[in-house]
Amino acid sequence: MEVTTKSMPYEAFKDNEYIEKLVEELKASGTNVIVGTLDKLINWGRSNSLWPLTFATSCCGIEFVSLGAARFDMARFGWEVARASPRQADFMMVAGTIVNRMVPVFRRLYDQLAEPKYVIACGSCAISGGPFRRSYHVAKGIEDIVPVDVFVPGCPPRPEAMIYGIMQLSRKIKVEKFFGGVNRQEKQRQFLAEHPVEGVED
Amino acid sequence: MSKLNDKIAKLFPQATEAANGIIEIEIADAQWHQAAQTLRDDEDIKMDYLVTIVGMDWTDALGCVYYLMSTKYNQIVAVTVKTSDREKPMLHSVADLWGVGCLYEREVYDFFGIIFIGNPDMRRLFLSIDWKGFPLRKDYDDDPALNPVSTENERQSDFTDTYIELPDGTVEKKEVEVFHPGDFVVNIGPQHPATHGVLRFRTAVDGETIKKIDVYMGYIHRGVEKLCESLTYPQTLHYMDRLDYFSAHNYHHGLCMVIEKAAGIEISRRAQVIRVMMDELSRIASHCLFIGTYCMDLGATTMLFYTLRVREQILDIMEKTCGARMTFNYDCIGGVMQDLAPDFVDDVKALLAVLPANIKEYNKIFTGNVIAKNRMEGVGVLSREDAISYAITGPSGRASDWACDMRKLRPYSIYSELDFEEVTATEGDSMARFKVRLREMEESAKILSQLVDNIPDGEYCVKVPKVLKLPVGHWFELVEGCRGAFGVYLESDGSTKPYRLKIAPPCLPLAGVVDHITRGSKIADLITIGGSLDYIVPDMDR
Repeated sequence: MEVTTKSMPYEAFKDNEYIEKLVEELKASGTNVIVGTLDKLINWGRSNSLWPLTFATSCCGIEFVSLGAARFDMARFGWEVARASPRQADFMMVAGTIVNRMVPVFRRLYDQLAEPKYVIACGSCAISGGPFRRSYHVAKGIEDIVPVDVFVPGCPPRPEAMIYGIMQLSRKIKVEKFFGGVNRQEKQRQFLAEHPVEGVED
Repeated sequence: MSKLNDKIAKLFPQATEAANGIIEIEIADAQWHQAAQTLRDDEDIKMDYLVTIVGMDWTDALGCVYYLMSTKYNQIVAVTVKTSDREKPMLHSVADLWGVGCLYEREVYDFFGIIFIGNPDMRRLFLSIDWKGFPLRKDYDDDPALNPVSTENERQSDFTDTYIELPDGTVEKKEVEVFHPGDFVVNIGPQHPATHGVLRFRTAVDGETIKKIDVYMGYIHRGVEKLCESLTYPQTLHYMDRLDYFSAHNYHHGLCMVIEKAAGIEISRRAQVIRVMMDELSRIASHCLFIGTYCMDLGATTMLFYTLRVREQILDIMEKTCGARMTFNYDCIGGVMQDLAPDFVDDVKALLAVLPANIKEYNKIFTGNVIAKNRMEGVGVLSREDAISYAITGPSGRASDWACDMRKLRPYSIYSELDFEEVTATEGDSMARFKVRLREMEESAKILSQLVDNIPDGEYCVKVPKVLKLPVGHWFELVEGCRGAFGVYLESDGSTKPYRLKIAPPCLPLAGVVDHITRGSKIADLITIGGSLDYIVPDMDR
């Protein structure tokens, strides 16, 4: 099954093995025709109207602004509805360095996003700490704090790279099992079990 | 000028003059407050602008270097004050003399643990109250186990400390409440679209009127100054891109200039011209984005699309030459990284051709708009005295009628040969700050048009030793970034790495003045005022 999005040719995507693995997992889990068709319909809608949270700490955020402006125009793809409130957003583009003081705030924002939710680690700071990795006040990648769906490398990534990254996310959503899958919040529960928040009772 | 020198020599016989015209004085802590008052108030000296306080750890002593500047006589004085006590180092505060002093001293306290006697607000600035150690001290233990990354909420306190000297010479610690009891405090930020990054205001309000704002920073404090101490000189350069990412070229220019002065490297005329052209291109791009985001803050979303059109054009020019859209890393020690792209001149000419029409369009759409006028005129008025006292440089300072352009005051590179006007306004309100930036774009275009046909031939980068060692000493330079005066203090111990690299960003005082400027305004005006100051949070936090 060729999973693609926004009339992009399948070959235009570089890392298709990953998506094919997800497709296989989806096939192996099995589902009946009605639920499967409904899944497809809902995922079509979900993958085509991804609403980002306006979350930016530094340089990458400015490229995200460029992404919203006329030249790169993310409105073409239905991603332009950037929400200032996490309650209304689908995914979080972590654009910029996350430092020690920001970590609790960032984690709370993630917890406030409504399920199903996704995270894109945008830029080398969010991926690994980037040029500031050796600093005393920088988190070495956000993967220890929240689960990450897509990594977009660059310092900062070009808007084209960001578009590619969000397209990868939209492909990933297309091969998800919605009913009995992501709507069950299993991902979050599993993650919370692995990464408990200190001092907070579930 | 000589009158000032004579007076200082008379008052402080230990004063010496450094190579770049900066007068250096070492004063004992006991006399410091009195001396500071003299330096500020004496009619022949008038050091009314506190440029920066450089915290220092000389291993045998801790202390500060105060860079003072006289706006009247255009002279810089550097005062060194030391203490040999490492356990509980204390110096006298000058927070009562310069408005920005309180913030600068908090920064030094945060990094070096030096307590300032008499400072009304002795809290940490960037790091949490439970942070162990003082990171910029040379013996700081950076074991991550001591200060782990935690998802648990940070401990907050409504109290701050102040240290008072009693008549018998002992120092007493006193706890003071940040807000008055019974104040209604609203939290704005750090995740808020109108704070332009991760800045947090704790706002005490009475109805809709702002009573006091407590600015909380450090949500993007990345410890650049400490990182630089472990890197070689060419390696430190690339962090300049990531402070104020709109003034990347200007900041690079500043640090390169300091290192070149220290190493005695003379750069070619071609490289000078290229650097100045890039600086001015960044200024136009930066002001474009300011206009766009500021209008968006005020509710005019469309403006962003108009202004980013010009910005994208400039980014294209830079991309062709530098190979990047934002973090260019273009200026290097000895000149610039690579030669100009073949069509650079044509591209700049094309930009200069469309720019006037664009600026006219911005004015037509927004400046005369009655809603914009009502929201901006008379809002957030900053007087000239306060602008100097709070060290508000750049377009925001010039809107308060303070001619603080470092390109004119301390001309560097080829700026002294260029014909351009320093834009100032007398109103000091948000509208003036907006208009000054618009007019500065025209002046930058004027500079570009003078240079675009006169780029001399020659080498773009002179030969620099692969392993660069600087002689022992210290240097301080100021350049004009897009948001104000950007200072770099460099101290070398003769090795390949800086002993101390202090970055004095223009945005830290900009955030420091928010409390002063918004008192008595309505809470909706906070967005207008904050937007018009145009601070960049990674620049103030570093």
